[in-house]
Formats: sequence, C-alpha cells, structure tokens
Amino acid sequence: MSVASADNAASAGKAARVFIYLFLLLFALFYLVPLFIMVVNSLKPLAEINAGGMIALPQEWTLEPWLEAWATAQIGVEPTGLRPYFINSIAMAVPAVAISTVLGALNGYVLTKWHFRGATIIFGLLLFSCFIPFQIVLIPMARILGILDIAGTTGGLVLVHVVYGIGFSTLYFRNYYAVFPTELVRAAQIDGAGFFQIFWRIMLPSSGPIIAVCCIWQFTNIWNDFLFGASFAAGDAAPMTVALNNLVNSSTGERPYNVHFAGAIMAAAPTLLVYIVAGRYFVRGLMAGSVKG
Amino acid sequence: MGFLDIDNVTKSYGAVEVLHRVDIDVQEGEFLVLVGPSGCGKSTLLNMIAGLEDITSGEIKIKDRVMNGVHPSKRNIAMVFQSYALYPNMTVGQNITFGLEMHGTPKAERDKAMTEVAELLQIENLLTRKPGQLSGGQRQRVAMGRALVRDPDVFLFDEPLSNLDAKLRVDMRTEIKKLHQKLGTTIVYVTHDQIEAMTLSTRIAVMYNGYVQQLGTPKEIYDTPSNIFVATFMGSPAMNVLPAKLVELNGAMHVELAAEDGAKHLRIENAPAMYKSYIGKEIRFGIRPEAITDPEGADRNATNIQMLSNTVGVTEPAGADTFVTMSLAGQDCVARMRADADVHAGAAFEFAVNMDKAVLFDPESEARIA
Repeated sequence: MSVASADNAASAGKAARVFIYLFLLLFALFYLVPLFIMVVNSLKPLAEINAGGMIALPQEWTLEPWLEAWATAQIGVEPTGLRPYFINSIAMAVPAVAISTVLGALNGYVLTKWHFRGATIIFGLLLFSCFIPFQIVLIPMARILGILDIAGTTGGLVLVHVVYGIGFSTLYFRNYYAVFPTELVRAAQIDGAGFFQIFWRIMLPSSGPIIAVCCIWQFTNIWNDFLFGASFAAGDAAPMTVALNNLVNSSTGERPYNVHFAGAIMAAAPTLLVYIVAGRYFVRGLMAGSVKG
Repeated sequence: MGFLDIDNVTKSYGAVEVLHRVDIDVQEGEFLVLVGPSGCGKSTLLNMIAGLEDITSGEIKIKDRVMNGVHPSKRNIAMVFQSYALYPNMTVGQNITFGLEMHGTPKAERDKAMTEVAELLQIENLLTRKPGQLSGGQRQRVAMGRALVRDPDVFLFDEPLSNLDAKLRVDMRTEIKKLHQKLGTTIVYVTHDQIEAMTLSTRIAVMYNGYVQQLGTPKEIYDTPSNIFVATFMGSPAMNVLPAKLVELNGAMHVELAAEDGAKHLRIENAPAMYKSYIGKEIRFGIRPEAITDPEGADRNATNIQMLSNTVGVTEPAGADTFVTMSLAGQDCVARMRADADVHAGAAFEFAVNMDKAVLFDPESEARIA
C-alpha cells in the first residue's frame, strides 16, 4: 500500500517536473527572441535586412555594423561612433554607483547602529527621494548645476545620480543593517574601534549581498537613464543612452538597422554584465557564523 | 573602596526608572554574579559597567577611576556576549587580536598574546578558521579568548552559556570557574540561571524589578534569603513557602501548619528575638526540600529535627534523589529524599523536618523575619 502510493507520488512528481521545465523553457524563449533578433541582425549586411529576412540567420556574417556603430557612425557633428559616449557613461556610472553605495551604507549604519533623536523621521524623509518623479527636480537641478558651474558635464551627471541614488541605497542598507547583530558593534566598541573603523572593518566586509544588490540596482538605473542625460549633458558629454537615440534618430536616407541593432546591444551590454558578475552574491549568505543559528 | 565600585547607580529611560539605587562593591579577584529573571535590570547594569549605556545617576568606578562618560574601550574591560559576537569576516586569530590592533599593539606582541591565549583555551588549531566554521562551544572559547587577550581589569560576561546545549553548558561552566581560579581575575557575570550563579560566584546579587534584592555569598543567599522572592528564585526545586502561624505551646515557639487531619506543630529552637513579636500572627514558613527527609536520611549534625506525619502525595524518583510531594497547609510541599527511601504514594509517612534550616517571612512585606 505504502509502496504503491510512494510510486504514484514519484511519477506524479516527474510529470509535474516535465511540465515545469517546458513552461520555463517557453518563457525563456519568449524573453530571448528579441535579443536573438538583435544579435542576428547586427551581424548581417543591410541588404539582407531590407530583403525582408528579419528572423533568418545571416547568409553572409559580418562585423561591419559593430565596427561602424562603435567607431565611425555619425552621432554628433563628427563621425565618432558610440565609443566616446560609452566612455562618458562609464565615467558617469562608476563613480555615481560607488559614491551613492558608500553614502547609502554610511546612512544605513548611522540610522541603525547610532541611534539619535529623529532618526526615523530622517529615514522617512530620505525615502521620499525614492518616490519623487524625475521631472519635478529637472528645473531646480539645472539651477543648482548652473550655480556649481558643472552644467553639461559628466561631473554634473554624477552629482545628479548620487543625489537621486542615496534614497534607494539608504533604504537597502538600513534594512540590511537593522537585522545586523548590534552586539558585533558593541564588541568592536569595547575592542576600541572607532566609528569609521567599525564601518570599514566590521560592517562593510559583512555587507557583500546588499552591496551587490545596491550596485546592480544603481548601475542599471544610472546607465539606463535618459532624461537626466538628455537634460543636463547634451553634446560631447552625453551618455550612451542619449547617443544611441541620436544615432537612431539622426541618420538620414537609408536607415542602417544593422548598425542600430549593434549600437543597442552595446548600450545594453554593461548592465547585463554587471548582473552576471554580481548576481551570484545575491544569494550568498556572508553572515553565517557571527551569531548562533 | 572596592576594585569595582557601583555607587548608588540608577538608570532611567525617560520618566521610567528601570534600575534603582544599586550599590555594590566588588573586590579584586571576586566573581560577582548578577542573577534574576528577564527584565530585572541585570543586563542593563552590566552594559552600564561596560559603558554601552549611560548612567542616569550615581557613579561607577574601576580602580578608583570614575567611569561615567568614559568610552568602553578606555575602561580596560572586556566583555563576552551572549551571541558571542564574533566578527564573521575575520579568522579566529584576527578576532582575538582585533582589540589589541585597535589599541595599537605591535604585531609581534599581538601574535605572542594570541598564541598564549590560544594555548590556554586549547584553540590553537582553530586560529585560521572563520567563526562560521566553528561549533557553539568553539565559538564560546574564541569569544573568551578575545576577552582574555586584552588582560583587562574587569571581565564582563553577559549570559555567555545560554546558547549552548545542556551538557556543554555544564562543561564550560566548570571551565570558566577553573579559569577564574587560575587567573584570579575580577569578573561580573550576568545570568538568569540560578545554578550557574550558585556554582560560579564568590558573591551573588539577586535582582528583581530593578532592585538588588540581596547581595551575599552563595551560602548566605541560599540559607538566609532576605525575602520570599530570593528564597523561591534560588534553588531547584524551589523552597517551600507555606502559610502558617507562629504559636507558643508549653513555653516553646512552634510553627502551626493547617492540614486535613488537624493542625501540625513544628518546634523552633534558638529563635531570634524578632520572632516574639509575631507570636499569634500569620507568617510564611520557608523550608527547603532537602530539609524534609525520611528519618534515616536526616542531617546528623542538625540540632532540631521535628517529625511530621503526613500522607505521601506523589513520588518522583530522579536517580540520585527521590522527590516526594505532599499536601501541607493547602499547598504542595516538596521533600527531597535519598533514592532508596521507602516511600509510597498514598501511604502515611513520618517526615523528618530539619528546623535548623527553617526561615520565616513576614506575609505583608515578604521579608525574612530575623
């Protein structure tokens, strides 16, 4: 009896498993099709696309569209390709992510481990910045960038993104540190570690997962931002998103779709890369062993 | 003047006073245990000694130096936490020497101190591991190593054994006691476990509701508890505290206990003078289970053994002892007998009560009458 029912359970589990895998596979395909089309079309000559073979594999494989998008496409006044703008975006995203993450970690540390009057209110106010629509701050921000004389520069964009990012990064770190054992901080205090020593030596090394989460979130947002880039850094300082838009919109005559596809992949690649590199830290529990359990 | 002076210390959160005028002098080399139920203020007091919480009023002095407002790291104390609080990102060795590093001790000295401590605690083979790879008992040792390496004036222990399983707890208890005897350090130790308090301490402060109920050696606390709370909190099974009356019969003082088959009388000898004023009044009669035995098992050195005939309620053989519960003065009263005492549930039995160990309490104030 028990053997028979165990048998049934096993075979039912198998059927369910097959169904689950089919289901997941279907969705994976659904999400991968656009990427497939982008990749395939970025590797064919324009004539093949114009002939109507969007889905088909290239008959003649070529890297020409990639090279053109990267180095010679007409974007601004000069035919520079996307390269300088890619560098702009890196120069904007990396410092902005780093600064906003460190500031968020500091905020979280202070808000949870150094109780002071009004901490909850300050945290609440910081959270507001997560919900303020971008458009509202455009004009005041433009004014401030003007006063600081960094309007239209990458430095200005870094400032904008840091200010905008602090809300989210504080939220992440505050919630992470709220369950971080306070006894560790107390032990370090008795051991003689100061405010920043505790932060650098105890808190940050134990924050791997949340740093990864915060970096992925910030990087994706900052890299993909178009509005601030278009508003505050036109011309040579424009980030990749704005340049891609210019590439796709400004070409006259025949539209080089293969170059557009290649450019779009280039613009998307870094966020994908960050997720692949840092994503595994999402699930890694670095806190094991500090406290019983 | 003690080595560690806790001088009229209070702690308030807003208008609520959680710790009332605590006054304890700890001598050098003493092992003081703060014991009490949850929320009695014992951990708050420890944190105030450590400098992790502010002192609302009063003074805490270590070696005659006032510690109010002094940073924890400048008090020359070390603390072992309930959760061990090992830094998860550092190896055992780094955990142990972190405090020395923060105090600017050179690397060579740090390593030497670490080796000594590791040897003392037998954790040499763990030094390169991370806390996550250690068992509960090993983590406990590392946490103690981290405290020992600093060579502090005062060690503070905050329920260090409560996360260990029962067997390991007993082992570590013995080890802490050995360590104290070997090093002769001054220790303040917080626990809610009265057995830990009794076994480890040279003096105990029993705390309840933010008051120190009694401060004394384990024997004083056990034999002459200052009130009913201390009497019932310390000791397992708890002291029997029975409603009774103090009466004078044939010129001698007796404790009168109500029972189903008429009142029972137990004679008191060498009564303290204060007892006189309670004659004819309600009292609470306190007697420890081990002071009620079978006649053969009674303490030979006792001067006043009174016999009490009663019906046996329940017997609970516990291996080394047999616990016997009877109904007395409308309550359950526990007696502790030899394992092979001849007692049977439901049968009549002659209990031998060692009245030398009896304590009487005032029913109103609950304080011991003495």
